[in-house]
Amino acid sequence: MNDLLHLLKTNARLTNAQLADMLGKTEQEIADEIHTLETKGVIRGYTAIINEELAKSTEVEALIELRVTPKRDCGFDDIAKTIMMYDEVETVSLMSGMYDLALTVKGESLKEVAMFVSQRLSAMEGVLATATHFVLKRYKEKGILIEEDEKDERSMIFPC
Amino acid sequence: MLNYETILSRVVQEMKPSGIRRFFDLAAAMDDVISLGVGEPDFSTPWSIRKEAIDVLERRKIVYTANAGLAQLREEVANYQEKKIHVKYDPEHEIVITVGGSEAIDISIRGLVNPGDEVLIVEPSFVCYAPIVQMAGGVPVPIATKQENHFKLTAQELKEKITEKTKLLVLPFPNNPTGAIMTREDLEQIAEVLRDTQIMILSDEIYSAMTYGKKHCSIAELDGMKERTVVVDGFSKAFAMTGWRLGYLCAPAPVAKQLVKIHQYIIMSSPTVSQYAAITALKECEHDVERMVKEYNIRRRYLVEAFNRIGMTCFSPEGAFYVFPSIQNTGMSSEDFCEKLLAEERVAVVPGNAFGESGEGFVRVSYAYSLRHLMEAVTRITRFLEKHGGKHE
Repeated sequence: MNDLLHLLKTNARLTNAQLADMLGKTEQEIADEIHTLETKGVIRGYTAIINEELAKSTEVEALIELRVTPKRDCGFDDIAKTIMMYDEVETVSLMSGMYDLALTVKGESLKEVAMFVSQRLSAMEGVLATATHFVLKRYKEKGILIEEDEKDERSMIFPC
Repeated sequence: MLNYETILSRVVQEMKPSGIRRFFDLAAAMDDVISLGVGEPDFSTPWSIRKEAIDVLERRKIVYTANAGLAQLREEVANYQEKKIHVKYDPEHEIVITVGGSEAIDISIRGLVNPGDEVLIVEPSFVCYAPIVQMAGGVPVPIATKQENHFKLTAQELKEKITEKTKLLVLPFPNNPTGAIMTREDLEQIAEVLRDTQIMILSDEIYSAMTYGKKHCSIAELDGMKERTVVVDGFSKAFAMTGWRLGYLCAPAPVAKQLVKIHQYIIMSSPTVSQYAAITALKECEHDVERMVKEYNIRRRYLVEAFNRIGMTCFSPEGAFYVFPSIQNTGMSSEDFCEKLLAEERVAVVPGNAFGESGEGFVRVSYAYSLRHLMEAVTRITRFLEKHGGKHE
């Protein structure tokens, strides 16, 4: 991955001026590069990583494993595309291994998510089985610790 | 009543207590300090190295190794050095595994210096050379390097300090605290001065894995230099293994043969678990080092730009993980600057004079910290300078 993307992935709020310093480029070059990455669709968006508990969010999140029957000609794409149309669905990934699709689904309550799975997903044509796992606590997301900052165990030792 | 002043060794009593101890204690006692003071990586030791150590603890008896270190580790060190500096060392007779680079420096100086010998020490630099020289009865002779030369050692500066008593030149590049490096061309000038002399070189290359844009060059690579050079290197900085206490020296066989005697009497053998882990470091962790160096480079560029912008001028250092900006604009001494910055903005940087008198007027800023941490520190330092009338563009 290029250095610019690497930096934006760690902190998307770095200013063009800061990025320019860090990468030894001009602000204009950074602006142009980001523009290109955005128009080409390499960068799809920017988002925040939130400690939901501190944000007093009442949302619940579930990981859902789906086993499905692939369709002739279009494999898993067709059903994945249908599933991702639902607003409740945050992520959809095709997986190797024991099941085919992995979803993360958000809802206002356990019941809401459970109803979504049973009424919408399970009922969908081609869906063979589902397994729902509710997220109880998130420790780390996208490389960032959610609850606390990493402790620096180093101290100023002399000489060094 | 015992009179300790007459009991304790005179040399030890005369050893200068570190001036910045007090400052370090001050910083340690404060809360919410943003420190840019430490000289060790912020990265964790790569997992494969730690895993190897865990496996070794489970599988093996942790017994002494050969005095000079595990044969396999010495072989890997030889391979690593050959790849890095293109110098072949015989693992059996020319490499000694030590307790950090520190021990390698200690036994090299002790093994080379006779009472009265002069040892040239490039400054600003790591603070341990002079006290060790004094313990060996030698005379430390500092050579001050200058900002206008990007803190490189010049042939002229070297020549001026050579006398018939000169035994050893301590050449610490990439440099702590300045971040300066010596290129092949720079080193060639130095080699030319030393070629027809009996002067030995202690080349402290502990930061050699961390250079930016240019590859590290060792003076041992140059014609006629290997035979007069002890290369000191280690695992602490390159592999983020400071607490493992493991380093090594590479030296011509007749020298290494004597140095290993000191090592065997004072240490016996270096930590066994660390030695096994270090084999993994050398064999498997090249890409981890690359990853860390890439990250340091991003931080380095950020800090250099930021400091120059706020009037703390600094040249662009090409090695280690320090920048060494000037604080002369503020009219404060290095220590004043650091104490005020700590008291008012809770940012800890190290006064440049801690690394020799020629460091006065500068501060050492370590970038072994996350970007977020560095950006917060720059915000605070900017505010501090605005208050104390640092010049702005």
